[in-house]
Amino acid sequence: MEKFQSMEYGPAPEDASGVMQWLDAHGRWFGHYIDGAFTKSSAAKFESKNPATGELLASIAQGEAADVDRAVKAARAALPAWQALTGHQRARYLYAFARQVQKHARKLAVLETLDNGKSIRETRDIDIPLVARHFYYHAGWAQLLGDVTDNGYTGDTDLKGYAPVGVVGQIIPWNFPLLMFAWKVAPALATGNTVVIKPAEFTPLTAMLFAEIADEIGLPKGVLNVVNGDGATGAAIVGHPDVDKIAFTGSTEVGRIIRKATANTTKKLSLELGGKSPFIVFDDADLDSAVEGLVDGIWFNQGQVCCAGSRLLVQESVAERLYDKIRARMETLRIGSPLDKAIDIGAIVDQVQHDRITKLVAMGVAEGATCWQPEIAVPTKGLFFKPTLLTNVHPSSTVAQEEIFGPVLAAMTFRTPAEAVELANNTAYGLAACVWSENVNVALDVAAQMKAGVVWVNATNVFDAAVGFGGYRESGYGREGGVEGLYEYLEPAWVKSEPKMFASIDEKQVLRSAQDDNSGVDDHIEGALGIDRTVKNYINGKQARPDSGYSYAVHDRNGKVVGEAPVGSRKDIRNAVEAARAASAKWGKTTAHGRAQILYYLAENLLPRRGEIVAHLADFVGPEQAAVEFDATIERIFSYAAWTDKYEGTVHNPPFRMVSVAMKEAIGTVGILAPDDAPLLGLMSLILPAIAMGNAVIAVPSERCATLMSDLYQALDTSDVPAGVVNLVAGKASELGKTLAEHDDVDAVWCFRDETASSMVKLGSIGNLKQTWTNEGRVIDWFDPARGEGRWFLRHATQVKNIWVPYGE
Amino acid sequence: MALQQENSAHSPVPAHTPSGSIPVTLHGRELIPNRRIPLDVSWVEDIRVNTSAVERRAASIPARRSVKKDYQAAWLLRAISCMDLTTLSGDDSAERVKRLCAKARRPLQDHLVQALGIEDLHLTTGAVCVYHAFVETAVKALEGSGIRVAAVSTGFPAGLSPLETRVEEIRRSVEAGASEIDIVITRAHVFNGEWNALYDEVAAFKEACGPAHMKAILGTGDLLTLRNVARASWVAMMAGSDFIKTSTGKEAVNATLPVSLVMVRAIREYAERTGMSVGYKPAGGIKTAKQALDWMALMKDELGRPWLEPTLFRYGASSMLGDIERQLEHHVTGRYSATYRHPVA
Repeated sequence: MEKFQSMEYGPAPEDASGVMQWLDAHGRWFGHYIDGAFTKSSAAKFESKNPATGELLASIAQGEAADVDRAVKAARAALPAWQALTGHQRARYLYAFARQVQKHARKLAVLETLDNGKSIRETRDIDIPLVARHFYYHAGWAQLLGDVTDNGYTGDTDLKGYAPVGVVGQIIPWNFPLLMFAWKVAPALATGNTVVIKPAEFTPLTAMLFAEIADEIGLPKGVLNVVNGDGATGAAIVGHPDVDKIAFTGSTEVGRIIRKATANTTKKLSLELGGKSPFIVFDDADLDSAVEGLVDGIWFNQGQVCCAGSRLLVQESVAERLYDKIRARMETLRIGSPLDKAIDIGAIVDQVQHDRITKLVAMGVAEGATCWQPEIAVPTKGLFFKPTLLTNVHPSSTVAQEEIFGPVLAAMTFRTPAEAVELANNTAYGLAACVWSENVNVALDVAAQMKAGVVWVNATNVFDAAVGFGGYRESGYGREGGVEGLYEYLEPAWVKSEPKMFASIDEKQVLRSAQDDNSGVDDHIEGALGIDRTVKNYINGKQARPDSGYSYAVHDRNGKVVGEAPVGSRKDIRNAVEAARAASAKWGKTTAHGRAQILYYLAENLLPRRGEIVAHLADFVGPEQAAVEFDATIERIFSYAAWTDKYEGTVHNPPFRMVSVAMKEAIGTVGILAPDDAPLLGLMSLILPAIAMGNAVIAVPSERCATLMSDLYQALDTSDVPAGVVNLVAGKASELGKTLAEHDDVDAVWCFRDETASSMVKLGSIGNLKQTWTNEGRVIDWFDPARGEGRWFLRHATQVKNIWVPYGE
Repeated sequence: MALQQENSAHSPVPAHTPSGSIPVTLHGRELIPNRRIPLDVSWVEDIRVNTSAVERRAASIPARRSVKKDYQAAWLLRAISCMDLTTLSGDDSAERVKRLCAKARRPLQDHLVQALGIEDLHLTTGAVCVYHAFVETAVKALEGSGIRVAAVSTGFPAGLSPLETRVEEIRRSVEAGASEIDIVITRAHVFNGEWNALYDEVAAFKEACGPAHMKAILGTGDLLTLRNVARASWVAMMAGSDFIKTSTGKEAVNATLPVSLVMVRAIREYAERTGMSVGYKPAGGIKTAKQALDWMALMKDELGRPWLEPTLFRYGASSMLGDIERQLEHHVTGRYSATYRHPVA
């Protein structure tokens, strides 16, 4: 028995014959699942291969625009009946999905492994159990949300009053085919939406098996539609006019395309995009465990993980020791047939991806990185890539900036926690981060400073349905999982029925150049005999003359000139954003109580000016509204002062010995385009939630009423609002809004003007994929606290960061 | 048969002492057997162990590794060769120990040995482990087999008798013919951070062992925290232990994969720093063939092939052998076996 001597593992193959029979039973030919029927209508087809062997698994129909159209129509038609079900009835369907996934767990796992190339250990122990968990969790939400009525959900949850968006188009990637399917479908169905989903063209098979499950459990036809195909099919879904929302997981590049394609529509959008996540190891970390963290991080799923810890940042003093340990560990990783139960690393999904990894590693080496790979056996056939360690990497290296999406770790060093944070955040992405330290002070402090939607302390790639997942910055927006993930499929029930705003009054009428004004005979400023009053922009806590050197006349509602406002320009926005960026770091760290005090103080300082401000406001809105509007503004300030320390995070309860702290963090810098109606209350209704939550804002007030700024900034000056937290720039909302939307250091833009402005902002946002929030041109009743203030606003003023903290000694 | 075990019946060297066939290396570096080095308290104090992360890694070992068919049979045979077949009960008697020794000599029935084609392996367990009172009985019963006799010692299991009597107990067991001594440490030294006291104690035990191999039982079920386990491991190794061993089998929780992972990592880092090898013995609670495989995967992946030799790896086990027999029977016949069909120890 030489095996007694060699003590090798030997092959331990998972039996795939059952799945092969299933493929054969379908003639190895799959179409779509539309309106409760499996179709094979499309003539064009593509092939799905096993990347570990190159073997053809099945041919798949390429969905055409007509297929997408049928699917959307089916989803639309199914919507009323689906929403007429009780929450309990929806819950039963989701529960049935969870149970069926468990019953067919191994079949799903084997099929996934065949199609994707990931190891059976991962599909069996991670992917499929998480799929079942996702349906269980969301079955619970369906139950609790309750029935869907015109006034929204009836159940006793925080989501009372919200309603489903309608027909949801979903596009998912190939790295976790069925898990991403579950992440998309479960919350959409639980909340009462209907779905058209497109699996990735490399990995469509488990979605088809899942569609069979939908059929088996008797899901009403049209509620879930699966259309196969490539990017063109995806584009057809994105472009379909009757889709209310797009949820996309995939590359940042495609995310931009989708943002652009939907800019002119009212489609809601959530994007879960790429990452280049830092994996920070401090000198007091359990280094052996950190190494295993990397195995679960960058060598999980062949590194084809959007949140992979691909950038290792290690404290200088332990760097060599850690690299030694990593190299030793890499020697014991087993790479080979994904169906083998003793394999750590399976196959890369497709030749295209293999080529990309190869190219990027070569580029890294060309730029000076040292490439190290272990001496381990790799199958000669199939798409395999050895685990790779790149050292001598610098932040400026391509491999430190670009997402490789392969088993390639790029390592760098740091000296201090501050430097670790700086390097970690030195990326356009912001999906995930890992912090390894046995010192709770260091770990939590650094975790809090990560610009990332998910932070794992002393852990990596832990997921659960109860905990939101999603990115900061160019890693996208929206969350999946947890209560935070549900909002992506909802909106306040009242929103859709609000009337559309008339196009904002022609700017030319309002904003004339100074030269034009000079030509106006009647435009005499009232009170000109008194001391001239100059309204300026308000930037970095100072009144600042506009860079343009121009002012424009502001007219009252009768067309009479009541003052002049500065004509703000690109450069004023630039200065204001710089000020906001500088202020945001400190303001975000100011305690909630501290921010509340400042807001209360603002109200205190505005109130004595009531007469004066109401008089100014009356010029624009008449005396009755002016008085009401001023009083409502004071009340609104009180509301948000109250909210600052009450809009709190959540502690999620995943089924592990860990807590996940869902922190509601400020987004950073927020650009605001205020409405013309209710010029004071509308403006403040947007500024207040943003600053209450710790953001710094650059607001463009209604250009019709921009002279009101001076009343506001005098109060801000006297209320201890730190310089740069509120910046006001007057001028053409369309121009300033565009500059704001395109500015890469602005983290979000809120636009509450007409539809054109909404589209403009969305289109402009693609540069850094900033979050946008618009009224879609609808009129908001700012005087109604149920609509003009509260959680809807606060939620947009924050983003959820989930910090996973394992505990136990 | 690739491995020609030295025929113990004709050799002065017991079958499972280093045969030279497997050089002891780590990351390509040859290691020498452990010997005492001065206590370096900073090594103990610098230890970082993250319990949750260790548990996650430990849980992934059985999930990431699977051994099937012929390979599994080979691994199970190896488990037998690394087994300290143990009886440590208040009701032990000479006859009971003789039965155990007979089983150690002949762990598998002939039909299994023949069916597996391993006659030339002359497979026995690595050792028999008994209380001092039965050392002589066991030595006699195992005469000529090459199977070593291990004695638990130093006031096992609590280790709270006077130091002189504990040291004396070792001497007497060695005199009685035990070639391996499983000592227990004073757990209170660990709780109190008395590293010098712990070091001195273990060093004194080692000295008393003379030529006998010493396994240091840390009482991991008593130490409770993984950091305590790691610290105790380091002190025991620096004091010259040949093996470190988890527990007595008398604690509420005995050998677990997380505890083993921590100890094995300590052995690895110790070897990296000192160039010396220390063996590992999990004991207590390892009852099934599946567990035997899990632990071997742990040893192979964390330390490498040399730690699958009885010179560096032992299981403390009593009922595991029966389950391995049943699995091997199934491997040979394709039918699931029953416990009563295999001779008890």
